[in-house]
Amino acid sequence: MPNRRRALLIVFLLAMAALASVAASLAAGSLPLGYSDLWQVFRGDETGIVAEVVRTLRLPRALAGLACGGLLALAGSLMQVLLKNPLADPYVLGVSGGASVGALAAMLFGLPLIMLHLGAFAGALISMLLVFGLAHGDGSWTQTRLLLTGVIVASGCGALVALMLSVAPEHQLRGMLFWLMGDLSQGESSWPALTVLALGLVAVLPFARDLGILARGELSAQALGVPVARLRILVYVLASLFTAVAVNSAGSIGFIGLIVPHLVRLAMKSSAGNDQRLLLPASALAGGALLVTADTLARTIVAPQQLPVGVLTALLGVPAFLYLLARQQR
Amino acid sequence: MTAITQALLSTRGLDVAIAGRTLVRDLDIRVDSGETLAILGRNGSGKTTLLHTLAGLRPPSCGGVELCGKQYLAHGPRAAARLRGLLAQTQSDAFPASVLETALIGRHPHLGRWAWESASDERIARDALSAVGLQDLEGREVHTLSGGERQRLGIATLLTQQPLLYFLDEPLAHLDLAHQIAILELTRRYAAACGAAFVVVLHDMNLALRYCRRTLLLFGDGRWQEGTSEEVLTAESLSELYGHPLRELNDGGCRYFVAA
Repeated sequence: MPNRRRALLIVFLLAMAALASVAASLAAGSLPLGYSDLWQVFRGDETGIVAEVVRTLRLPRALAGLACGGLLALAGSLMQVLLKNPLADPYVLGVSGGASVGALAAMLFGLPLIMLHLGAFAGALISMLLVFGLAHGDGSWTQTRLLLTGVIVASGCGALVALMLSVAPEHQLRGMLFWLMGDLSQGESSWPALTVLALGLVAVLPFARDLGILARGELSAQALGVPVARLRILVYVLASLFTAVAVNSAGSIGFIGLIVPHLVRLAMKSSAGNDQRLLLPASALAGGALLVTADTLARTIVAPQQLPVGVLTALLGVPAFLYLLARQQR
Repeated sequence: MTAITQALLSTRGLDVAIAGRTLVRDLDIRVDSGETLAILGRNGSGKTTLLHTLAGLRPPSCGGVELCGKQYLAHGPRAAARLRGLLAQTQSDAFPASVLETALIGRHPHLGRWAWESASDERIARDALSAVGLQDLEGREVHTLSGGERQRLGIATLLTQQPLLYFLDEPLAHLDLAHQIAILELTRRYAAACGAAFVVVLHDMNLALRYCRRTLLLFGDGRWQEGTSEEVLTAESLSELYGHPLRELNDGGCRYFVAA
């Protein structure tokens, strides 16, 4: 049953889980810390090396993970609504590929940092408009065409990335490769990404019920008074922005945008169905928690070596997803 | 109250075209409170396109449509959705949802931006499910419904929306005979009790004759014919409409049409 109290409870529990994942990430590492140490750091009692490690290394990294996971999950949810297809995801549809192309092009031409961000956003938006502009309307063929276009655009972007890397001058190549493989440790500051996530949620939540209805088909949505055209533009822009910001601050981390909305949907079962009022904030929090946890494991399991965080998101997400799916079928 | 004399739906010089082909030319009709209008025509004659145009979901290529005396643009999408509802030809469910949740989306135009469905909204949805005989399935997943049950759920969602004017695109598709009659009886009850009006795309002229006061025939080449079902539905007009000869049978004062 759609029920505001239940939804608030679930969101609250997920917020606690996200907080716990951040705390665990602050505590774990080559310098293991207890929660009392962390508490002292935040109260300002502790200074010196411990405070330094937490404030300048672990906290920015954890917050960047929280923000990127949330952004990717939110972008995935929005694109699944737009496509009316549970397979949609920023990576599958080439939106993050577009962001990579835009950002790398800015680097290749030696443009300033701000252009790198703008380039990523423009690239994401162009991919998005390409994919969705080429096919609109209802019906299964449209959806197939959308997915097909997305896959093609994604591989086109991959080719462009390879092309730019191969023609890039030596002194820029390093930076470009570093950016492309990117991980959460490079984060200069995580606040921009967190701000985008918070503002994005504030922008979509008023339309959450409309989005849930749009996911059931454009015609019925229009007949129920949903301003379909305006809503689609909002979703295009926001999903591109979220993807671009996530790609910019953490490089390519696939999988979260696809799997987190499904994880949340399956975990809620029919208690929420496809209720976007719950699904959007819940996906953002769950995505953040998943990425932070994956990143913590990635840098501690085989320390001092680091594993790519994408490996861990998959290793955590796939069994959880399969378990929930099997449980639902019964 | 002017509402008594005002038509729920009226068109003036309405043209409906798709892909450069004019399917309906210069249509002038009005639908009043408590009336039911059947739309009959061959496949591809523009029934659905006209229905969507009348429902304000697609711009007319010429002429105008007025809902309760005002153009759709003047109403705005939300206000229009409280006045008219549409049962689309197909219902798509990309994501899992329960039967009750699906019916509840009909409350959307009545709810404020931050409002959640209240107990009274749930009661309205449950009543609608009962009206189409789905009261025992409210917890079921939509994906597990049969074709006919899904169709009735679409009708229940529309009843939950509580519009004044109902656009039904082949509401009897997938329904067995008993449910076909039950749905048509339902429209008759709603028309009599709440003053609702129905515009219904049908393929069965005998049901149109029995349940719809008026009928609109679409010939697919721009020509149309509208009037009371009694006068519009004849063996001659229907034979031309469907491109297949029909015969009229009489049984105790009731007329029936069968394919010859």
